[in-house]
Amino acid sequence: MSEIIVEKLRHIYSAGTPFEVAAIEDIDLVIPQGQLAAVIGHTGSGKSTFIQHLNALLSPSSGKVSCGGKDINESKLSRKEVKSQVGLVFQYPEYQLFEETVYKDIAFGPRNMKLPEEEIDQRVREAAGFTGVDEELLDKSPLELSGGQKRRVAIAGVIAMRPGVLILDEPTAGLDPAGCRQILENICAYREKTGATVIIVSHNMDDVARIAERIIVFSHGRIVMDGTAREVFSRAEELVNIGLDVPHATELALALKKQGLPMPDGIYTHEQLLQAVLELKGVAAC
Amino acid sequence: MLKDITLGQFFPGDTIAHRLDPRTKLLLVTLYIVALFQAKGWLGYGIITVVTLSCMRISHISLKNIFKGLKPMIFIISLTALLNIFYTQGTPIVPGWIITWEGIARAIQMVLRIALLITGTFLLTYTTSPIALTDGLEILLGPLKKLKLPIHEMTIMMSMALRFIPTLIEETDKIMSAQKARGADFETGSLVDRAKALLPVLVPLFVSAFRRADELAIAMESRCYHGGEGRTRMKQLIMAGRDYIALMLGILLLALMIYLKKLGI
Repeated sequence: MSEIIVEKLRHIYSAGTPFEVAAIEDIDLVIPQGQLAAVIGHTGSGKSTFIQHLNALLSPSSGKVSCGGKDINESKLSRKEVKSQVGLVFQYPEYQLFEETVYKDIAFGPRNMKLPEEEIDQRVREAAGFTGVDEELLDKSPLELSGGQKRRVAIAGVIAMRPGVLILDEPTAGLDPAGCRQILENICAYREKTGATVIIVSHNMDDVARIAERIIVFSHGRIVMDGTAREVFSRAEELVNIGLDVPHATELALALKKQGLPMPDGIYTHEQLLQAVLELKGVAAC
Repeated sequence: MLKDITLGQFFPGDTIAHRLDPRTKLLLVTLYIVALFQAKGWLGYGIITVVTLSCMRISHISLKNIFKGLKPMIFIISLTALLNIFYTQGTPIVPGWIITWEGIARAIQMVLRIALLITGTFLLTYTTSPIALTDGLEILLGPLKKLKLPIHEMTIMMSMALRFIPTLIEETDKIMSAQKARGADFETGSLVDRAKALLPVLVPLFVSAFRRADELAIAMESRCYHGGEGRTRMKQLIMAGRDYIALMLGILLLALMIYLKKLGI
């Protein structure tokens, strides 16, 4: 079980100097096992600081983070152990590839976990399978791959540790639409097969609307909204006010509403929009 | 952790020390260093110390900042002190001991000399922005261009290197976090283990440094950069009255120190 519980989490950068700034404050959150949650927020809203607390890369100034019922900052050992339970993929992870071959790079995480050689081999192949990295690429140098392939290799490097919780910071930034779709499909497939919790940080609201079961909105270091896509996107105007995007369908629905048409709240997919427009037409025809 | 490095750091401000022409400050530091090495006796060291402290006062640099900068040099400073204490001939403090009064005096003077040397150069970098510094250096070294030395190229390389130090530190931090997230361990193990653990950081860092260099070169070329020939400056450096006064004071200090040395004090 790897339920994540965050209590009264607070993090202050440069504490005790004139540059002191609270990056996140009063974060209370429970993320149950197996959930696919999205974290959204403008630049500097504290979301990156937040996710780095979930695998003890940063330690809280005050408050507590527990994973599977254990305080992850309890000891040096627990801080180390949590890194294999909670896998964190940073933004632009392709810049962290360093080994001579793709295979060795994916094996870096499992090797640090001191697993036996057969287990490492099995995990590398499994992780490559999850992320759609072809068998023949495994012996190539990471520098020879394309941008999208590199990114998938980097994600495989984290998945190979078989984390119960997978966190991805902007996994699709800078990729073409086909690359984005594929990576999101890979992530969803990993979650379905292993029952892992997935947390995605993203700016792409259409992606978020399509896949996330729950959306957590950060603004100025605090959680300002937390709910299903329907709940969050029905407050579309507030989202726009704190400087965030909304899905295209929501944007269109809002525009239609402004024109005086009776559109229901909480539209966030193209299908829902189509449905609402058809209903509108049906009413007019009667 | 890495962010605490103060190498080449600049504290913006608006004191007379900040307003001085970078060329003046470069010359002053040179004069200061030469003067420092003329000091033989306590009077000489006293004068230089007072001058340094008043310069710090003028440029609003606190002792705390100076000590922070001196920290990395502690090893060299204490080694010098120890060597001088134990290897100077003279009258032992206790008969039969290897430690002499002369040794202690020399050790104090040597420590003072190193500390003052570093403090003087810190005062330069703390009060001068890297760009102004390299501009000043380029003009001062200008005459060497006649000897076909690539002065412009050297100074632009220097300013770029300074410019990229914070960027690379940030990048190192990021890569270290990412590798830590994959279970890399930088803090425990033997010295060899720890050196090996740095490989996953150094390789991506070098790759990205080359990538950045490439991008920078393209960006410069696409803006028609073609070296120093005929290049003009946005900010012209002009020597003002205060610069000449400061230089005079610097020369006076050097003359005084040479005079004291001649007198043997």
